[in-house]
Amino acid sequence: MSAALAVPALTEPRAARKLSSTETVLDNGLRVIAVRKPGIPIVEVRLRLPFLSAKAKHPAQAMVLAEALLTGAAGRDRSELAAAIQGLGGDLHASVDADRLVVSGNVLATNLRKLLNVVGDLVTEPSYAAADVETERDRLVEKLTIMRARPSVVAAEALATRMWGDHPYAVDLAQPQDVAAVTPGQLKALHKAMVRPGAGVLVLVGDLPPGRMIAAAEAALAGWTGAAPRPRVPALPAAPGGPLLIVHRRGSVQSSFRFGGAALTRTDPDYPALQLANLVFGGYFTSRWTENLREDKGYTYGPHSRIDHHALGSSLTLSVEVATPVTAPSYLETLYELGRLATLPVTETEVASVQQYAIGSLALSTATQAGLASTLSALSAFGLGLDWVTGHPARLLAVSVDQIAEAAARFFAPTAFTSVVVGDADAIAAPLAALGAVER
Amino acid sequence: MPVKLPAPSFELTHHRLDNGLRVLVAPDRSAPVVGIAVLYDVGFRSEPEGRTGFAHLFEHLMFQGSVNLEKLAHFRYVESSGGSFNGSTHFDYTNYFEALPSNALERGLFLEADRMRGPRITEENLANQLEVVKNEIRVNVMNAPYGGFPWIYLPSVLFDSFANSHNGYGGFEDLESATTDDAKDFFKRYYAPGNAVLAIGGDVDVDDALELVEKHFGAIKKRSVPKRPNFGEPALDGERRATHDDPHAPLPAVAVGYRVPDPVNQLDDVLAAVLLTEVLTDGDASRLQRRLVQRDHLVTDVSAYLGEFGDPFDERDPTALTISAHYPDQSALDRILTAVDEELDRVATDGLDKGELDRVRTRVVSVSLRELDAVMNRTLELAKFELLHGRGELLEELPARFAEVGEDAVRAAAAALQPDRRAVLELIAGGGAEQ
Repeated sequence: MSAALAVPALTEPRAARKLSSTETVLDNGLRVIAVRKPGIPIVEVRLRLPFLSAKAKHPAQAMVLAEALLTGAAGRDRSELAAAIQGLGGDLHASVDADRLVVSGNVLATNLRKLLNVVGDLVTEPSYAAADVETERDRLVEKLTIMRARPSVVAAEALATRMWGDHPYAVDLAQPQDVAAVTPGQLKALHKAMVRPGAGVLVLVGDLPPGRMIAAAEAALAGWTGAAPRPRVPALPAAPGGPLLIVHRRGSVQSSFRFGGAALTRTDPDYPALQLANLVFGGYFTSRWTENLREDKGYTYGPHSRIDHHALGSSLTLSVEVATPVTAPSYLETLYELGRLATLPVTETEVASVQQYAIGSLALSTATQAGLASTLSALSAFGLGLDWVTGHPARLLAVSVDQIAEAAARFFAPTAFTSVVVGDADAIAAPLAALGAVER
Repeated sequence: MPVKLPAPSFELTHHRLDNGLRVLVAPDRSAPVVGIAVLYDVGFRSEPEGRTGFAHLFEHLMFQGSVNLEKLAHFRYVESSGGSFNGSTHFDYTNYFEALPSNALERGLFLEADRMRGPRITEENLANQLEVVKNEIRVNVMNAPYGGFPWIYLPSVLFDSFANSHNGYGGFEDLESATTDDAKDFFKRYYAPGNAVLAIGGDVDVDDALELVEKHFGAIKKRSVPKRPNFGEPALDGERRATHDDPHAPLPAVAVGYRVPDPVNQLDDVLAAVLLTEVLTDGDASRLQRRLVQRDHLVTDVSAYLGEFGDPFDERDPTALTISAHYPDQSALDRILTAVDEELDRVATDGLDKGELDRVRTRVVSVSLRELDAVMNRTLELAKFELLHGRGELLEELPARFAEVGEDAVRAAAAALQPDRRAVLELIAGGGAEQ
């Protein structure tokens, strides 16, 4: 056997090119951010509008609105609209969650102006024709039925309810009976009240001069008016913790764990340390949780932990699906890894690895027009932009082992989490109860 | 006069090492990232009987350490360099890939070369990855509504030979009977350098990259390359029907499969079929969305696509055109099939509306351009076209080839989808209001 070959060292890194970017606020209050990203002849479009509301019927109405928005505008029916968008080499769709409505799409760069004209039609002259609303309402009820058959959706809903109580954030998906009751009149009223440019942000990323993209947006959207809605929404409650909630799902061959906790916003000085602590725990393949549960024990295809940033605060979510017979052992190992991270220091090797991974994955995720547009759109909701992206590597590299330990002690202690598991309750409840308090 | 469509350009350089490894380099210095992809010419179809799922299980073993690397080292080297990695098993090939900052190019090439020299196949690694794969199947198939539908189940109705019709994820009994000797034999037979394509894309100098390829892959010994059997099957001569029970699905679903022409040797026919699928189900202006969703309210959603995973260029002969739908009323199946037949017949008999073909192909080209923006996707696509079609350049030529497809060809593609040539797989929903 010959001597082992050495793994080659890294060479000198090459710096990314600086991107040219322009930002402006139109007279109607809409912020427009345009970035030239050389590459393919496409422009990515993200229109983000705040959509937070505490009204009980809001989630159902918002979901139907997102489904029905593209079913007609300015005298064109849904098929004519779709044909026009397709002929531009374009695509548009709307999505909604508790925080925002996003109209996103892309188009051949030469047709940007025409696609933005369609967006202008959608926001100023939507149809919400009765027949189309009815079709989309019925389809949404069916789609919700399909979604709720997935264990991941059952688990997410159980965790949200337990974490947020009666706060609007507790409702991710509307109930079918509420969806079925939505009327075209309600959609028109909601559109008028909330589809407004006042607090909206339009992000355009593509291989065009930023000035030209902004001019196209201004020409297409200048006629859209309306001040930002000012919804009254209660502050986010603290997650309650408590016993592990067991939710029964008939015939489950796996158990889906979700652990939820608080996290820091991106602008908090301790955020980079928390981001790195999360990677060490379960945020990438080399993480402790993955190496233990998957690569050592074979209990799962893959655990994952992540930080989500909502308008009212950030949260930490740990997710894993494990085979039913090893549900309790997986819980034990998870508590062990959480406790170990919260009470013992991480190693220098781990810190160097997560720093490079965080920097590299940010570079990769913003290396495409679509990735950069989505990132900038998400950041825009918090008043952050391209500067945050380019400045973040330095913040990550400045984090010390001690700072990660502090963040871990605060956010990764097993007692800091609110937890649920969805699975075959008859098989998993007793072994889980041996490890700690459970509730059915 | 066909519409003018933008086309990508990749400045491809080809090279072949003495051991037979085919190399493709596509430089793009616009961002400091590289993509490395190695594709081996073996997939589900080459699994031996009694070893369903083995190609995929073996893919997992290729991440478990190699001649010079301990278990876990591959993941750690890639991620601590700022990169990401993955692998996937397909009907006709298996890929392994990394996206990395460009200063990790040589490291990435070493990692791929080292597992081409040989993976560490041990009882412990096999037992561990057997459990991981079973959990992958549980999460994606057994515990999920519509899991594996229709890609796992439709081939068993549409095709006859074991190679084409078996479950590529594999049955647990077959997976559990796999041995380390099976794995060693599989590696020896299918993972020869001459049975692989290496593609490098992104922030590289071509000469430097080829020098590094020679340095790390050049010493890997040449081995014999297996001759690929012809897996083709003739068109069906009668309709086939089957059912699939899904205990978690709340609504019924259907997948209708048709055998289509050889995607490599009859590419133009396949491009016409691709445009047909877009005419049928891409967006709210498409024929089946209008008919089945908007007018008749028969289905929740419907999609038509080529290739078992929705990529028309991912397989050699044979491959399938699939029309799939979820629908709320179980008794509606025959009405759905009748409507599909009527719409296909309308395309075949009356042709397309004015402007319909041009808008559809404009969108097809724009979608494919967009998918090539990420260096990793671009590198994987180039490697795939090089391996399956023998020419990476085809990726650059596709927009022009799509522009040449005439209405007659799309009508002919529709006319070929006759009821007596289809396989209909009905999903029986056993879920519903459970909890």
